[in-house]
Amino acid sequence: MTDLASNPPASRVTTGRVIVWTLAALIGLTLMFAPFLFTDVRSQQVAARICVFIVLAASYDLLIGYTGIVSFAHTMFFGLGAYGAAIALKAMGGGWAAIALGGAGGIAAAIVLAFLIGVLSLRVKAIFFAMVTLAAASVMMVLASQFSGLTGGEDGIVYTTPDLFKPATRLLVDADGGVIKLFGVSLNGKIAAYYFVFLISLALFWFLLRIVRSPLGTVLEAIRENEMRAEALGYRVVAYRTAVFIIAAIVAALAGLLWAVWLKYTGPDSVLSFDIMIDILLMVVIGGMGTMYGAVIGVALMSLAQYYLKDIMEVAASATANVPVLPQMLNPDRWLLWLGILFILLVYFFPAGIAGTLMKKGGQK
Amino acid sequence: MSDHILRLDDVHTDIGQYQILHGISLNVPEGGVHVLLGRNGAGKTTTLRTIMGLWRARAGAITFHHHDISNLHTSDIARLGIAYVPENMGIFGGLTVAENMRLATHSDRFDAGRLDRIYDLFPAMKTFWDRPAWALSGGQKQMLAISRAIIEKRDLILIDEPTKGLAPAIIEAMIAAFREIAQDTTILLVEQNFHFASSLGDSVAVIDDGRISHHGDMADLVADADLQNRLLSLSMNA
Repeated sequence: MTDLASNPPASRVTTGRVIVWTLAALIGLTLMFAPFLFTDVRSQQVAARICVFIVLAASYDLLIGYTGIVSFAHTMFFGLGAYGAAIALKAMGGGWAAIALGGAGGIAAAIVLAFLIGVLSLRVKAIFFAMVTLAAASVMMVLASQFSGLTGGEDGIVYTTPDLFKPATRLLVDADGGVIKLFGVSLNGKIAAYYFVFLISLALFWFLLRIVRSPLGTVLEAIRENEMRAEALGYRVVAYRTAVFIIAAIVAALAGLLWAVWLKYTGPDSVLSFDIMIDILLMVVIGGMGTMYGAVIGVALMSLAQYYLKDIMEVAASATANVPVLPQMLNPDRWLLWLGILFILLVYFFPAGIAGTLMKKGGQK
Repeated sequence: MSDHILRLDDVHTDIGQYQILHGISLNVPEGGVHVLLGRNGAGKTTTLRTIMGLWRARAGAITFHHHDISNLHTSDIARLGIAYVPENMGIFGGLTVAENMRLATHSDRFDAGRLDRIYDLFPAMKTFWDRPAWALSGGQKQMLAISRAIIEKRDLILIDEPTKGLAPAIIEAMIAAFREIAQDTTILLVEQNFHFASSLGDSVAVIDDGRISHHGDMADLVADADLQNRLLSLSMNA
């Protein structure tokens, strides 16, 4: 017998792939040391958001990029994980048991809903499935607002998290009882919270990578390319599509849990809004569908643009104050216009997304 | 050769509002190469797709190893041991040759003996193992499609017009490969190229307007020019 892995497709190494891997590694390293590289609160907030959204976008890539399933219910699963943890943390207090119990409840709800939507809807044409998921996500938004006793309605829920994550918590103390600093940064609860988010995000992304590189990943790509051919080879397409929909829902729910723990707040706008769905769709498309690493690049690029484009434009407007028209064009209030132009340029120059286009380029090494 | 591996009894298949198969009855003996001949639009491809469950038979019965497979799901039919090589080869262009082959195995290992046999039959598969399938030539794609069908033990392989668009030299290589494969697998071959079909076939069924108009030994058809003229249109005499 010959091991299937003895001839791995990974040997198709191109310069484009090396560039993508290098970019993803750089982003990963930056996130790993983010609390020490960027000490202000806003930067750490951006870094944590990038960690969580990489998982969320990568799990969406598993659906849309690898299996060809267009779903608009991904934020619904994200929200279930977040609300599960938030409701439990509010009710039981900021303990680990609340996170475990609430998270398990949110994940269980995500599994049940994903199974029902998958079994009932994945047989129909892609457009009808997309509509079903859109309807399900809308219903969840309404429910989150209506059941205000449980969810806090439009205001959401504010709660505490385990003591370990409190900024006053000292992770390491010196002989005088003072908190130890590493590279000038106090090792306190905020650092613990960040690495809780970072390490679990890393583990979830690794899990998704393992899936797409496994034989299951090859089957998913085959299903995306031609369902009938996959069926004729002995693969029950509906079962595979439902299974992958459930896996993506579980990962999205876990990402929601992380986001809820980090924010200490959960509301419809922070986890369920349609803007978040559009964001992750754009992140996957701009990064490159069906590449997994595209999610890393897309999330980093879009998050940085969303948070810092305004600042950059403010600097640019000041620098060009004496030039006619340009300062008005670069007015920070017009940041959405420039964000739009940036996206159009990216789609024009990278039609298969940044990672997708780069991975196709370059000779074999 | 006495037993039938596949049997179609009065099979009717509709595609949309059109009835394509008007009661096909066909017995495929176990072992050897069995050819389904017919002009364009006679119902050859529909017959194969109906066997695979890709089109549902409206009436009639299809049995494989004496088990009714008429209402089985396509994936279950494939798992029973029937491989299908469609006219367009059915390969996954976005995947490598290795990944295409991996899809056809349902264990986590390739059978080394079968892999060596494929390399012997089609050396190009070894050369292009890590290449994306879209980059292969037409002949190589056909070789990949057939390799995928034999990477695991199958009892029956349905092959739809494997010579279509291929160069004569590759067709000769295919004849040799099919002869070798037929030593341990039954092949039901749909073909319009009479030279190719007659070089390989043990038995032949001629299909016309969704019905079997002749069934017998290929040798008898080859020897009988009048029968050929009567059964086969001019376009068949390649």
